[in-house]
Amino acid sequence: MSSLSTPRRQGRPGGRSGSVGRGRQRSSGVDWSKLARRTILAGVGYLVAFVFVAPYLEMALTALKPDRELTKSPTTFLPKHWDFANFVNVWKAAPIWKNMQVSLIVAAVATLIALVVALPAAYYTARNRFRGRGAFLLLVLVTQMFAPTALVIGIYREMVALNLTDTLFGLILVNAAFNLPFCVWILHGYFSSIPKALEEAAYLDGAGKVKALTRVTLPLSLPGLVTAVIYTFIGAWNEYVVALTITSSPNRQPLTVAVPGFVTSYQQHWQYLFATSLIAIVPVVVLFVFIERYLIGGLTAGSVK
Amino acid sequence: MHDTIEAHGAGATTPAPAPPSTSALRRLGRALAPLPWIGPAVILIGAVVLWPVIEMVRTSLLRISSSGATLGSRGTGNYRDLFDESDLVSVLLRTVVWVVGVVLVTIVVSLALGQLLNARFPGRRVVRWAVIVPWAASVLMTALTWKWMLNYYYGVVNKVLQGLGLIDHPVNWLSHPTQALMWMMWVAVFVSLPFTSFVILAGLQTIPDDVYEAARVDGAGRARTYFRITLPLLRPSLLVAAIINVINVFNSFPIIYAMTGGGPGSKTDTSTTFMYKLAFTGTGDVGESAAMAVVNFALILILVLVYLRVVGWRGEAQA
Repeated sequence: MSSLSTPRRQGRPGGRSGSVGRGRQRSSGVDWSKLARRTILAGVGYLVAFVFVAPYLEMALTALKPDRELTKSPTTFLPKHWDFANFVNVWKAAPIWKNMQVSLIVAAVATLIALVVALPAAYYTARNRFRGRGAFLLLVLVTQMFAPTALVIGIYREMVALNLTDTLFGLILVNAAFNLPFCVWILHGYFSSIPKALEEAAYLDGAGKVKALTRVTLPLSLPGLVTAVIYTFIGAWNEYVVALTITSSPNRQPLTVAVPGFVTSYQQHWQYLFATSLIAIVPVVVLFVFIERYLIGGLTAGSVK
Repeated sequence: MHDTIEAHGAGATTPAPAPPSTSALRRLGRALAPLPWIGPAVILIGAVVLWPVIEMVRTSLLRISSSGATLGSRGTGNYRDLFDESDLVSVLLRTVVWVVGVVLVTIVVSLALGQLLNARFPGRRVVRWAVIVPWAASVLMTALTWKWMLNYYYGVVNKVLQGLGLIDHPVNWLSHPTQALMWMMWVAVFVSLPFTSFVILAGLQTIPDDVYEAARVDGAGRARTYFRITLPLLRPSLLVAAIINVINVFNSFPIIYAMTGGGPGSKTDTSTTFMYKLAFTGTGDVGESAAMAVVNFALILILVLVYLRVVGWRGEAQA
């Protein structure tokens, strides 16, 4: 968690402006070499940024090509005719509105369940010492490493046994449960870092236990809450293997399972595939960028403590 | 966890204790107190994360029909079938190459990326945002874009490489097992880089300025400072990143499934896609697939144990 408290201002030495004469060269050339260094860094940086965005750029450009341009060889980078109608037609080409609803419901409800279950557990283990606390935290730490992919055969068998195959509830349960350990872990870290004395001060001011929690502790651990929520939501939104395995009706499949259906041996609608992909990707990328500064603190909470 | 469950069991079965044992009652009350708080989490993890583990092991010992019905016990028959698969050895070897190759390249590239993201230059935020994108985007959809870009006839990869003069004529990348594997490993690296470089970035930010200051006073050069100071101080971050990556890359299913489907045959399968195909394609043998899953899971469990050692789990305040 310490990475959270260390401000990112801590750059490399000599990086601060106004520190004239600290560098190796004391002449007036200091500024020039610094400028050159920064220019090169920025150049490399933008190149790296391009490499990371390029596949999604290609996604967008392909999504805007009309059918006939997709099967032109050699291909062109930009569409000759910008077919924005693809983004309209895609809704008619397949029941993706339904798939989007499934993705949204599964991700939202799973996130809600994970949070409601994780909050009390994380709070209690952060504030109290009790028999079984160590065992519980170990369970959380170990199951955090369990991926649905590795267990998909077991999950499939369980869903068959519970008669939950091809249901949204089955998907919700799996997504909530597999993200729960991470939520408990990150919230536990945040709650532990908030001094108990703050809550005690609230008691003195006449606040009850619940009020102290909702008015003092929760607001202070908001970054952790937001990170847990967004992380779980995106995890569930992008989940593929379990949904592929336990759903079969097209209108109960999330976007991840529906999207590849645009390109099969019967039809090759890459433009629709990518239009839908973009619709699915853009919102969650925005969410992730939003929690960028908190992302790592939670993920490495166990190690960099 | 066990303590609380047992305590709960005791609370449910014992009738109200005799009056003098108020201290026992209080002790029972204290043992039960955490239940409303952590009980739901334990139940959810137990029922949906741990049950499949048990179910998987059980299934690996059962005879399952292709329609999914249980036809009775099979002993170790599924394991014998699995070890008789002619492709198994090459699949396992490929899995090792896949995991080690992807994780090594990811970490080396991320060390450089972390350094870049930590350096000061105008527009750094935007570069950080760009690097996050593959992390947030669905791995499946990213893999599909790469599949499209690698298309024999219409892909931009062939166009770019031809433009650069690196290839004379278009190559059907994904139809040759070795080339396909290389490209898929690149995609796996591509989607692993954001997380890894951000972990390294976080590690870099925990190194205080004065350490570098002291190194400079002592006259250490750039390279020396990096290898003698930065790298050793990054050790904890690197270890965590390595283990989490190994687990993720091992489980990386959508890339291979979307790009080649493990084919031709199972020439680009790793043990994860192989396991899936055993159960859900062709004649579909869920029992044998479960046996493969148990083998996979055992490997992951070992990794988790290593992870716990690294994180330094000391059973933080047992009782």
